[in-house]
Amino acid sequence: MKYADEFRDKTLAQGLAGAISAEADPQKAYRFMEFCGGHTHAISRYGLEDLLPANVRMIHGPGCPVCVLPASRIDMAIRLVERPEVTLCVYGDLIRAPGSQGQSLLRAKALGADIRMVYSTLDVIRIAEQAPSREVVFFAIGFETTTPPTAIMIQMAEKKRLKSLSVFCNHVLTPSAMQSILENPKIRNIGGAAIDGFVGPAHVSTIIGTQPYELLAEQFGKPIVIAGFEPLDVMQAILMLVRQVNEDRYDVENQYSRAVRREGNRRAKDEVSQVFESREQFEWRGLGFVRNSGLKLRRVYARFDAEARFAMHELQVADNPACECCAILRGAKQPVDCKLFGTLCTPETPIGSCMVSSEGACAAYWTYGRVRDDQVRRMS
Amino acid sequence: MSGYHRKLDLENGRVDLSHGAGGRAMAQLISSLFHRAFGNEWLARCNDQSAFDVETGKLVMTTDGYVVSPLFFPGGNIGSLAVHGTINDVAMSGARPLYLSASFIIEEGFPLSDLKTIADSMGAEARAAGVYIIAGDTKVVERGKADGLFISTTGIGALAHGFDLSADKAIVGDRVLVSGSLGDHGVAIMSKRQNVAFQTEIVSDSAALHNLVAVMIAAGGAGIRVMRDPTRGGLAATLNEIAHQSGLGFRLQEAAIPVKPAVAATCELLGLDPIHVANEGKLVAIVAPNLADAVLTAMKAHPLGCDAADIGETVADDHKFVQIATSFGGGRIVDWLSGEQLPRIC
Repeated sequence: MKYADEFRDKTLAQGLAGAISAEADPQKAYRFMEFCGGHTHAISRYGLEDLLPANVRMIHGPGCPVCVLPASRIDMAIRLVERPEVTLCVYGDLIRAPGSQGQSLLRAKALGADIRMVYSTLDVIRIAEQAPSREVVFFAIGFETTTPPTAIMIQMAEKKRLKSLSVFCNHVLTPSAMQSILENPKIRNIGGAAIDGFVGPAHVSTIIGTQPYELLAEQFGKPIVIAGFEPLDVMQAILMLVRQVNEDRYDVENQYSRAVRREGNRRAKDEVSQVFESREQFEWRGLGFVRNSGLKLRRVYARFDAEARFAMHELQVADNPACECCAILRGAKQPVDCKLFGTLCTPETPIGSCMVSSEGACAAYWTYGRVRDDQVRRMS
Repeated sequence: MSGYHRKLDLENGRVDLSHGAGGRAMAQLISSLFHRAFGNEWLARCNDQSAFDVETGKLVMTTDGYVVSPLFFPGGNIGSLAVHGTINDVAMSGARPLYLSASFIIEEGFPLSDLKTIADSMGAEARAAGVYIIAGDTKVVERGKADGLFISTTGIGALAHGFDLSADKAIVGDRVLVSGSLGDHGVAIMSKRQNVAFQTEIVSDSAALHNLVAVMIAAGGAGIRVMRDPTRGGLAATLNEIAHQSGLGFRLQEAAIPVKPAVAATCELLGLDPIHVANEGKLVAIVAPNLADAVLTAMKAHPLGCDAADIGETVADDHKFVQIATSFGGGRIVDWLSGEQLPRIC
């Protein structure tokens, strides 16, 4: 496959793996968090961890928008779609994300709710145009990458005078979440931030650029390397992080220069700021409430805001107190340290964010880590 | 049909509730549409059942339901799929498929022209495969009670040779062969689904595999331990099933797994993995290592196996994991899906 296989080349991978092994100081532990689910996917899909030396470890971050959506927001959506006039449009794997008490949109659909899977916000426009008598609500989730399409959809709906279309907005902001991971007092209590650097977001950075990370790198003294989602991108970013750690640097570097500029995509940022503004706080599964980490519709677009249109109440759903996602997401604990892991919380019945997506830290450990432990045991 | 002179309007007519009510309309539908399409000596006798001769050895029986959407797709339709799928389920035991039954649940308002096309392709595919559709049933349900047309089938075959194939027969060191490129059917179907429609030259691989099975058995005999067609859930689900039944693990080489570039590209775009995507004209065989090359050569000489490949081996593994050495140089586990494969948002 042209323009994809080139970034998956085995020989180049071996070269990078050799350089990482040669340059990583055997006396040091390197713990890097890849923030994005896309990176986690590349790491597990291509078996990248097998190419890293034992003292370079990847911590799977919270960057899967489905995983970090709290049960309360899913419960709100389920309650919304119980209204017979509502058609709810959702992106792919969101349909399986767990709400409270074993609820999910998949179950709501089985009970008769009108839920449609869409690939694009243009599909939502089409559905609204085809069924003018339905209240079509788009369950908008995602980081900065999926926000511009929602903004454009709202502007199109306005131009087309689509009165029946609205948005249940759950868009979240990456830099705020990274900051929350780094500054949360729990980390200190557990024994110091176990993160030596970040593989920074790929697609998100095409929109916001590299600039927003500069303050984070400076403030917390952590190197950040923006990397593409292909496996060679991730390998190269890891090498760049190893070098920064060795040289005691904490710069923002851009490995993904073929797509990311320092200032990002101005047009997309403009569209987003015309339609959205920051929420005071937003809840993340695993991270709790994080200040200025979510977006809501500006007042001029309030008529497209499903929360206002349907008087949706904020629901409070406490995370299971035994769930260790918070510490696991921050790299302070391992999945096996959680009492729920493998008992109440499995890929079929996920409780915490790390088990929801197949690439979350716990789900990945469920399928892969156990084998790896076995192999280590056999060798020792 | 005497006393019922109005001809079935196969161009513009629609199925209505009378076509399932047991009266003249139903008799007319059966005789002028289904019997004409399937035409054989058993159906011609118009009984509620068909009697057929029994061979020596074992009989094999399977049943299957077809609820595919869309009903027509590049490379086939629900009818050809039903015939191929049922034949393949029989053939995976090593048996020679003989007879099929087909039961139709039709939604009121379904175009008769579509029903004719579907029945005709069932008849044509059955004849081409040398099997006969010797029993059938027709039900019409009210609008909204079915999605156009559902077909359920039964297949019967004869196992003439002295061995049968079963997943628990796989042992450590066996080779894993696939008969061709993976994911074609699933991608062809997806390209026509309303919410993701896209243009592709990929057509379904839907095909009857019993003749390919016959040449494989001629080459490998009892050295062929297991055969299975990786339909829903794709190669990944099939190998996980066999792993659980046999108590073994698998170690595969990703670079050896045949996937067409267009299928790989589509899966890349949609965020899917071809080894989880459905096939309808491919088989996986677990073969004794000393006979694997002979079986592979025989497969490659058959038109339905020309892209066959040896993709890995069975290994001892208490976890019964399917592991893949990736083309990138690492390893990963291929698990069952927790439900349908859904595109990832990030």
